[in-house]
Amino acid sequence: MPIDLERAGARDRPPLVVVEKQKGAMRLVALSRQAKRAGLATGISLADARARIPDLRVEEIDHIADAALLDAVADDCDRVTPIVMADAPDGLTLDITGCDHLFGGEAALRLGLSRRLRRAGLHTRTVIAGAPDTARALARFGHVAIVPPGGEAAVVRTLPIAALGLAEKDRVAISRAGLKTIGALADRPGQLFSSRFGEEMTHRLRRLQGLAPAPLTPRRSIPMLWLERRFAEPIGRSEHVEAALSELAQEACVRLGERREGGRVFEACFFRTDGAVRRILVETGRPMRDHAIVLRLFRERLDSLADPIDPGFGFDLIRLSLLATEALASLQSSLDGRAAEEDQVADLADRLSTRFGAERVLRFAPENTHDPARAARAVPASLNPMTSAVWPVPGSGEPPLRPTQIFDPPQPIQIRLVEVPDGPPRRFSWRRKEFDVRRAEGPERIAPEWWRAPDAVTRDYYRIEDVEGRRFWLFRAGDYAAEANPAWYIHGVFA
Amino acid sequence: MKAELEALRERVLRLERGSSPVADVRFSIGSPAIDAALGGGLVRGALHEVFAEGMAHEPAAAAFAILLALRASGGKPIVWVRQDFVGLEMGEIHAPGLAELGLSPDRLIMVRARDGPSVLRAGEEAARCPPLGAVLIEPWGNPKTLDLVATRRLALAAARSNLPVLMVRAGGAPTPSAAASRWSVRSAPSCQLSGRQMEADAPGHPCFIADLLRDRAGAAGRGWTVEWNRDRLAFTDIHSAGVSGNSAAFPGDLVPAAAGGQDHPADAHRSGKSRRAG
Repeated sequence: MPIDLERAGARDRPPLVVVEKQKGAMRLVALSRQAKRAGLATGISLADARARIPDLRVEEIDHIADAALLDAVADDCDRVTPIVMADAPDGLTLDITGCDHLFGGEAALRLGLSRRLRRAGLHTRTVIAGAPDTARALARFGHVAIVPPGGEAAVVRTLPIAALGLAEKDRVAISRAGLKTIGALADRPGQLFSSRFGEEMTHRLRRLQGLAPAPLTPRRSIPMLWLERRFAEPIGRSEHVEAALSELAQEACVRLGERREGGRVFEACFFRTDGAVRRILVETGRPMRDHAIVLRLFRERLDSLADPIDPGFGFDLIRLSLLATEALASLQSSLDGRAAEEDQVADLADRLSTRFGAERVLRFAPENTHDPARAARAVPASLNPMTSAVWPVPGSGEPPLRPTQIFDPPQPIQIRLVEVPDGPPRRFSWRRKEFDVRRAEGPERIAPEWWRAPDAVTRDYYRIEDVEGRRFWLFRAGDYAAEANPAWYIHGVFA
Repeated sequence: MKAELEALRERVLRLERGSSPVADVRFSIGSPAIDAALGGGLVRGALHEVFAEGMAHEPAAAAFAILLALRASGGKPIVWVRQDFVGLEMGEIHAPGLAELGLSPDRLIMVRARDGPSVLRAGEEAARCPPLGAVLIEPWGNPKTLDLVATRRLALAAARSNLPVLMVRAGGAPTPSAAASRWSVRSAPSCQLSGRQMEADAPGHPCFIADLLRDRAGAAGRGWTVEWNRDRLAFTDIHSAGVSGNSAAFPGDLVPAAAGGQDHPADAHRSGKSRRAG
């Protein structure tokens, strides 16, 4: 059901044309109705048009604004069906399979949608057909509003060759052969054309006739399951919104139970009466079928939004979609306590991630490397369940060899006093404070990973304790013999 | 008389948090001296504050708090909420270092909060989750929102879930709060290691001087020097001259002190290999 976007011009104002610079000349690329009625057409140069109608209103084409408008209209069309395909630069295709009865039949749906768009100031042509290509061609070249089931091949016969959407030179070649309509093409054997114009043309013809399936590329991923509430009277109060969301969540969880699945990604869409659409996404770390928990996550998310949802004049449609689901066996009545507790902790991680962002709620995973900066990886806790990895631990009775906190990047220190030239410092200063070393152990030489940073230098690490008992992890950058005045850094602090 | 008072105290505690088993009321620290002074350990379902004696001792305060959390948690997950600025100022948490203290980093859920209010919010959310072992909260300085009301909320949440909430006040000064205990911690010189593969003057096991500034049970005003024993996952007492910081070597491998049977030796001895990189 393609929609042709055309800006509306007020009747009593001068005709509006939109121009674009093509090959050095300004040419008309879009016209208002009055301009069309005055005899103008696309492709005429602006100078010619001005000669015919002196008081022309001229606007330069703005592709970015056009794309944004198409996007906004597509968002609004989501209220009809979640499967909306953009047909740039000026069309949209909606898959309304199974949706029309919600609006009182195809005719009512078409009328309602056109009216809604006209109120927004858009003149559209809307066609309902059994195949997307048929509808798309009819909206641009035809005069039919609703194609009866199975009537696609008959309806497209009168369309011009241009409806196939071929390259300009192919279109001209076919026209020169005396073939003006799709019907004329369809009557002739397909091999004739495929040998001259390629297989692609035959495919296009078959798709146009509704005989071959057309690929669908929706703007958004198609939800596994979706539920919606429509409101005759728009709602705006937050408690009403929450009540509606709660009902939807309950229904969704019942449906998930029937399918023996749990949701991983939930999306709530709030459709405002004025066409604005707001989407709120929550993710869970494990398949979820408990509506109370889902609702709590949504509440966290709504609470923590930097720009709260503005109901404007109210929402007339709220939809809950499940974008990802996973198999989840029926809940057993007697779970052992351990599993239930783990689930509660996972739920806590989900709630915290929803509020503060997944990148702020972390778990540690060990890495097999000697580079201290990379020895542990922080991964989002909500997406990585608790594991039991093996962390290196020194032998019984040995003190800790790695600091509890490290600086990234290491911080430079000044050496005040050394005992042996290549040994640890006796006194150093860091952050404008002097530290007298009482105990030291080292060096522990850690070579950089040459495949990551070929220019990095070897580091000699020392464990240091000062007279007050503070324990530091210092290193000397580079080889003592090679460097005249090696730099020292503090990399971490021990407990 | 004293026993009666103790019994009464337990009864009041039980009334305050409904009906939780008596055995769960306190967790032992491991050090006999501190446990005895506290009457068996720190109260489990309560808020405890840990301050550092000066900025340079912040790492010791954070480590002391996480080790208390480790003592209390009994193998359950620990949530550590930390304000971003603490990491910038004091260094980011290094998981292998925690593993070397005996805390398996797998059990840790780390929450990085942008500001003081978020720290408190996340901390309270975590404190309402009873299956956790402990919650560690680390705001920076004295956030405006951290007042008597906020600490009271934390303390109530802790009591309701019977979960210790440990607040490390990095860069902060004591303010009125509903904490059950308040500690001031500093690093202490470590004890001489008993030979083996270590060098003679190698820094030893983590040692702390912990002063109890305030305690609901009335043990405040005392200080102890303790050492963390990774093998037993417990603090142990260090007697005599440990505080003064002189370089006299401490004899031997320390007093093997017995505490309530809350040790979890399973976590240690994971892999005995020490990493000497080359």
